[in-house]
Amino acid sequence: MPLDLSLLPDGGVIWMDASGEHSDIVLSTRIRLARNIEGYAFTGRARDGERLRVLAQVRDAATQVPALAHNVFVRVDELPATDRLLLHERHLVSKELAGLDAQHPVRSGAAVFLGPDVGVMVNEEDHLRLQSLRSGFALPAAFEAVQQLDRELGARVPYAVHPEFGFLTACPTNTGTGMRASVLIHLPGLVLTKEMGKVLAGLQQMGLTYRGLYGEGSDVVGNFFQISNQTTLGRSEDELLQQLLVVVRRVIASEEDARRILLRDAGYIIEDKVWRAYGTLRYAHSLTFDEAMNFLSGVRLAVGLKLISGLSVYTLNKLLIFSQSAHLSRAEGRALTESEANLVRARYVRHTLAQEAGAP
Amino acid sequence: MVCDNCRERDSVLKLVQVIDGTPKELHLCERCAAEKGVESAVAAPSPAIGELLQKVQQQLLVGAGGGGTGAGDAAAASARDAVRCTFCSATLADFRSTGRLGCPHCYEAFEGSLRELLRRVHGNARHTGRVYMPPRAETADHGGSLGELRDRLKRAIEAEQFELAADIRDRIRVLE
Ligand SMILES: [Zn+2]
Ligand SMILES: [Zn+2]
Repeated sequence: MPLDLSLLPDGGVIWMDASGEHSDIVLSTRIRLARNIEGYAFTGRARDGERLRVLAQVRDAATQVPALAHNVFVRVDELPATDRLLLHERHLVSKELAGLDAQHPVRSGAAVFLGPDVGVMVNEEDHLRLQSLRSGFALPAAFEAVQQLDRELGARVPYAVHPEFGFLTACPTNTGTGMRASVLIHLPGLVLTKEMGKVLAGLQQMGLTYRGLYGEGSDVVGNFFQISNQTTLGRSEDELLQQLLVVVRRVIASEEDARRILLRDAGYIIEDKVWRAYGTLRYAHSLTFDEAMNFLSGVRLAVGLKLISGLSVYTLNKLLIFSQSAHLSRAEGRALTESEANLVRARYVRHTLAQEAGAP
Repeated sequence: MVCDNCRERDSVLKLVQVIDGTPKELHLCERCAAEKGVESAVAAPSPAIGELLQKVQQQLLVGAGGGGTGAGDAAAASARDAVRCTFCSATLADFRSTGRLGCPHCYEAFEGSLRELLRRVHGNARHTGRVYMPPRAETADHGGSLGELRDRLKRAIEAEQFELAADIRDRIRVLE
């Protein structure tokens, strides 16, 4: 059965509708809880039959979980690779669950409950990865949603716990709360003013970690960073969240400062840079994904600085997602070579921006 | 391209680090990236955990052995490696190579080593977050269903754990 994402509200991309606090700087907030079910080996060591029983038990319990009432259930292991890539590009399943690299092919029993507020990946590295994904900077709301799901599901399925170590996970880096809270943030001001190094060093001292957003190679592109808690044990969920909240607020304030300084000291350089980026996106006829990401970063900065008006953050978010290759192939209805994808990408970006500008 | 850090393994990702105001490109292999705290999109830092475990075990040996001979240490180490989780038949050596535990019961089977490992990874080994009580009846139900016991039996046989396999076979007979 082909994957029909139209069953999902907004095709499963409601998390980037640009609502939420500081949405021009923070794209999205994600919290995931790793849980395993008592009585089975962890996914990596489990046999096919065992994973299928995990899935059956979860599906059975899910019918009685109100938080999952509006979710769409998808057997990831029964999807063709193109659809699995599509789900991954939409940030709805992890690369591991989608089985996208040759060393980790898709596992039997891999499945996902997709929903507007919360979702559950089944048979990822852990039996269950409960997650909540929100637009903008929304840690408390995301946590409330995933906690509700955790309570409801945990009352029907016995999670594996240890009196001293807390929730047990396949990898000891997740043991304890099993919680990873992360914020996807756009920091061109800090990168341009060369303050990023200090910020990143500060994060690590605070027990937080970061990674870049990878392009189609494995390059960090577009000045996007993902900041998250590094440890999961020894502090409560609230303490971990509070710390991330405080630090991200500080990073947002530094980014705003950096942007003010850029405008004040190098206004014309910045203006030239962002309009060139806009001009390229608006008129180029071939764009690699990495190019598109980097120019979109410039345009996003311009919108944040109110240098370009009449362009919404939502449109920019959509361009980030829909200009990825599986999305382009889906829109064209066929597989695309790399150079074909670059042409289709440029056309899609051109049309979207022209539409937004009210041009024919 | 070879990893900029260890110059041994192939790099799988490029990390742009801004050091003293200048962006610096680092091409890293999976393992070195993990050690630098970068979760690559490909896989989590499994080998790094394995190496950390090795250090923990050495430390525990020194602590327990009271300055024993090298040969004694090696014997103690292999004895420790031979301990198996009775639920999933995994050993510490398995954990060291994959960086992943086999099942929840591994945490009891290797409790001493794991406590020290968790302390190193998180700075603390005591969970202070959400207190959870599993739904009771279901736990009992699922603790020993037939299918599950058969999976355990197959794993025990594969691991050549014949005594354990015999025990599990007995429990299957009772249920059948
Ligand atoms: Zn390396
Ligand atoms: Zn085990």
